[in-house]
Amino acid sequence: MSVDQTQFRTAMLDPALPVPNGLTDALGAPAGARFNVYRNNVAVSLTEAMEAAFPVILKLVGEEFFRAMAGVYLRIHPPKSPLMMHYGDAFPGFLEGFEPAQHLGYLPDIARLELAMRESYHAADGTPTEPAVLQSLPPDRLMTARIILAPALRLVRSKWPIHGIWAFNMQGAPQPQMQGQDVLITRPDFDPVLTPLPDGGAAFIIALQQGQSFGTALGLATAQAANFDLTTTLGTLISGAAITKISEG
Amino acid sequence: MLDATRFTPLPPAAGIGYKPQHFAALMQDPGSVKWLEIHAENYMGDGGRPLAQLRHLAERFAISVHGVGLSIGGETPLDPDHLARLKHLCDWLQPASFSEHLAWSTHDSAFLNDLLPLPYTDATLTRVGDHIDQLQEVLGRQMLLENPSSYLAFAESTWSEPDFLREIARRTGCGLLLDVNNVFVSATNLGFEPRAYVDAYPLDLVQEIHLGGHDEDEDDHGRPLLIDSHGAEIVDPVWALYDYTLAQGGARPTLIEWDNDVPDFPVLEAEAARAAKHLQQVPA
Repeated sequence: MSVDQTQFRTAMLDPALPVPNGLTDALGAPAGARFNVYRNNVAVSLTEAMEAAFPVILKLVGEEFFRAMAGVYLRIHPPKSPLMMHYGDAFPGFLEGFEPAQHLGYLPDIARLELAMRESYHAADGTPTEPAVLQSLPPDRLMTARIILAPALRLVRSKWPIHGIWAFNMQGAPQPQMQGQDVLITRPDFDPVLTPLPDGGAAFIIALQQGQSFGTALGLATAQAANFDLTTTLGTLISGAAITKISEG
Repeated sequence: MLDATRFTPLPPAAGIGYKPQHFAALMQDPGSVKWLEIHAENYMGDGGRPLAQLRHLAERFAISVHGVGLSIGGETPLDPDHLARLKHLCDWLQPASFSEHLAWSTHDSAFLNDLLPLPYTDATLTRVGDHIDQLQEVLGRQMLLENPSSYLAFAESTWSEPDFLREIARRTGCGLLLDVNNVFVSATNLGFEPRAYVDAYPLDLVQEIHLGGHDEDEDDHGRPLLIDSHGAEIVDPVWALYDYTLAQGGARPTLIEWDNDVPDFPVLEAEAARAAKHLQQVPA
């Protein structure tokens, strides 16, 4: 009697199914609860991976709720690759449809923020441009130049105060006000840094990411927010080592 | 042909499974720790701290790359993307050793993040052998195959585990990694004599030994069921089995594996120091 890996896998992910025939203990009797070692290993290791990846969500919903939710998630979305650094990429979408968490409408965007932080952490290294290069460029040349951003830069936009929620839970910051936030993630050294962007900041960053000129990006940002704070946004990029090249022509 | 001499081998001394929280301690004073083992899959990102730390460590320590995700025993073909990632890592790092497990973990494109058991049959032998041939060809080097820890057996198995591993090594030219804790765990769980297993194991092919901790549980019939947790100190019976293995086969690079509830560096270093002491008592 043989047990193939389809049977093994199916029974492993569904504790309600019987243990496959053909698996035994030392005396040749059915393996019984011994099979649960594998069921348990898989569930525990994937749940722990989720807890490590989504510490803010863990804190927001509590350990008991998180583990039950992860147990549902891991059976619908087992990892697609052995790179556990990518595990959980379907979590935001899962949370959008997860009935017991519907009253926490911000969870999917918090999951997106945490995924983006992890992506930033593992992203390729970039060599930042000296701030003096930017500062010494005459305005007319700056306007036509293109700003190349570091591989570790991420932008997460939300109608929820995701930076405030993150800071409240991870840094003991005051309770956030209800307002949407666009968050820029930079990696000045090895640890991602989160900064809420001023109005128009996201439009500016997106335009730069798309390869638009500095002038075009600035125009798009001010079209969205007449009071767009360019100085602060550039300061965030510079202190975040997020500008790797200024390309002219 | 695979040239096993192309790489500087691991020293016949104690190493530990590398954890990022021990980086500073290792760079400052590694004590008895003479080499490090990393899990390949944790160093497959594009950059950032993991790779920066690894580059620093590789300047000071011999590195063993230990894969936990290739699914060598899988019924489906090896993932070509993952093979390419392993090759990339080994190409730039040039590790002293590369090892993987006699196990499967991926099926129907789902990676289950655990080392799952195989029936020891002629069909499995052929499949695992083909996968190892493919891996060694891609990497351009010899790999070491590790014995698993077992919680159950397959009624269909026709080979003993040591014979099965010996035959794979004969067919593929791979080396072996002997996890002494796994032998102890499997022997308890499946009711065989651990020293007889070591006697049957082709120790001349063993290039590395693993030691680790396990948890104790029991099965449906109240019999002991040991769980290979890598989350505790190594127990005395495993140290005794280690001594027996060294006495039979000679000194080998020996790794302390502690992957869960990871202790502070001094605790891990003490385990490495203990292994080093056992190694020094082996006649040259």
